Amino acid sequence: MSAAILQVRNLRASIAGQQVVEDVSFDVPATGITAVLGRNGAGKTSTLRGILGLIARRGEVLLDGERIDALRTHRIVQRGVGYVPEEREVFAGLTVAENLALAERQRDPRREFVAQLFPDLAARRDQRAGTLSGGQQQMVSVARALLNDNRLLLVDEPTKGLAPKIVTEVADALAEAATTVPILLVEQNLEVVRRLADQAIVIADGRVVHTGSASEILDDADLTRRLLGVSAEEHS
Amino acid sequence: MSTLVLTLIIGLGLGALYFLVASGLSLIYGLMGVLNFAHGAFLSLSAFVGWAVAQAIGADSWGGFLLSILVGAVVGAVFAALTELALIRPLYERHIEQVLVTVGLSFAAVALFDGIWGTDPITVRGPVWLSRTTAVLGASIPNKYWVLIIAAVVVLAGLVVFLRRTRYGMIIRAGVENRGMVTALGIDVRRSFTLVFAIGGAAAGIGGVLAMHAMTYVSAGLGGTLLIFAFIVTVVGGLGSLTGAAIASVLVAVLQQVANTYLGGTGDFIVVILLAVVLLVRPAGLMGKAA
Repeated sequence: MSAAILQVRNLRASIAGQQVVEDVSFDVPATGITAVLGRNGAGKTSTLRGILGLIARRGEVLLDGERIDALRTHRIVQRGVGYVPEEREVFAGLTVAENLALAERQRDPRREFVAQLFPDLAARRDQRAGTLSGGQQQMVSVARALLNDNRLLLVDEPTKGLAPKIVTEVADALAEAATTVPILLVEQNLEVVRRLADQAIVIADGRVVHTGSASEILDDADLTRRLLGVSAEEHS
Repeated sequence: MSTLVLTLIIGLGLGALYFLVASGLSLIYGLMGVLNFAHGAFLSLSAFVGWAVAQAIGADSWGGFLLSILVGAVVGAVFAALTELALIRPLYERHIEQVLVTVGLSFAAVALFDGIWGTDPITVRGPVWLSRTTAVLGASIPNKYWVLIIAAVVVLAGLVVFLRRTRYGMIIRAGVENRGMVTALGIDVRRSFTLVFAIGGAAAGIGGVLAMHAMTYVSAGLGGTLLIFAFIVTVVGGLGSLTGAAIASVLVAVLQQVANTYLGGTGDFIVVILLAVVLLVRPAGLMGKAA
């Protein structure tokens, strides 16, 4: 395993006073994709939002050895953490071009790279994002994170609710992106996890209950059923 | 016929005034979730300072009139920006406290203005043309309403260009939709809060100077009087929607004038009925998004 790009130590997070992440500690290697797995409500999304400071949190978060847990969200992002939220959260009233332009933080954004990954978006530049299909909105959401040279991407359930063809497209894009930036990926589709992820962290009741290689977990039917409540085959 | 034309154009003029006040209120609420009860204070201070400038230069001159509008806009913008920086920002995400502090500021401002300029309304003079009328389809329309309409159209056009064509405008539009996601793109959304307050304050400042001329007086209570209707317009149009504020301004003011003229002076009552109906049938307002 390569050195950690992200270290999370005793992270606790809460929403409206309700503790949703109890005590989470893990490392994210500096290369490849690390999956965060767990049953619904386990605290996966809250862990990502806590790392980014989008919800109240305590504990230590280090990006490439530097503490970022006291920073406000936009400062963390400016340090090179891209974010693809669970519900896509495109700006419905803005055009595709405006959604992408807002995400550009650097002088020479990687527009060509994004255009190659998602050629459909170029043709829809002037279309309001709210009128796009779910899959196209997800492409906008992923594209926003890929426009900049990030040090880490936090990607939350990018294939949720998408048609199988679009799932493949999004997974292809993440695989391509992972060649240049490490990704911490929350994903329920275990087939996608099996294809993309090198490492996996399993969270239950707001705590890390298992870490290891993704294949180790997914190839062990008993372990998968015990940790996730499903088998890899029936949940793909 | 002439009465109807007069009623409609006065309604449009009044709607223009409501829009100047409501546009800032709506943008501030849309982006920050703050109901700004101090907005009337921005308007009143701008009117007082605008009046003082016009007095110094020559109240009857067009130069004094135009400069007073400009000064009113600047005063409104600065007062609003300082309010955001000093009182609203420290209470970030504490919306009830933010509302309470704006209520307190509005009361304190009225008391302060009373102390400085006295409690009696001050009669205001302007260019003679403003007190004259222009004949339209047999109706004699007071010229001051044309000025209000032109000013509102210019402000609306300026706001639309700003919101559509500039990066800050884009940030504000995105922030009205989803403030958290703007932050998650690495943008310090709080900077745009100050800007939105300043823009709203400038529009209110222009509205204050023009309201002073429309009503031919200025007093500490001027802003509060208009603020009530501006809030109604903002709610009817949909909190956070500039287009909604523009449409609702015209709708509320024209309805108010028509009721005043043809239904025995029941304009205010009808406006409250309209507000109640909108809240019951379409709580998010005409152009607002459902929660």
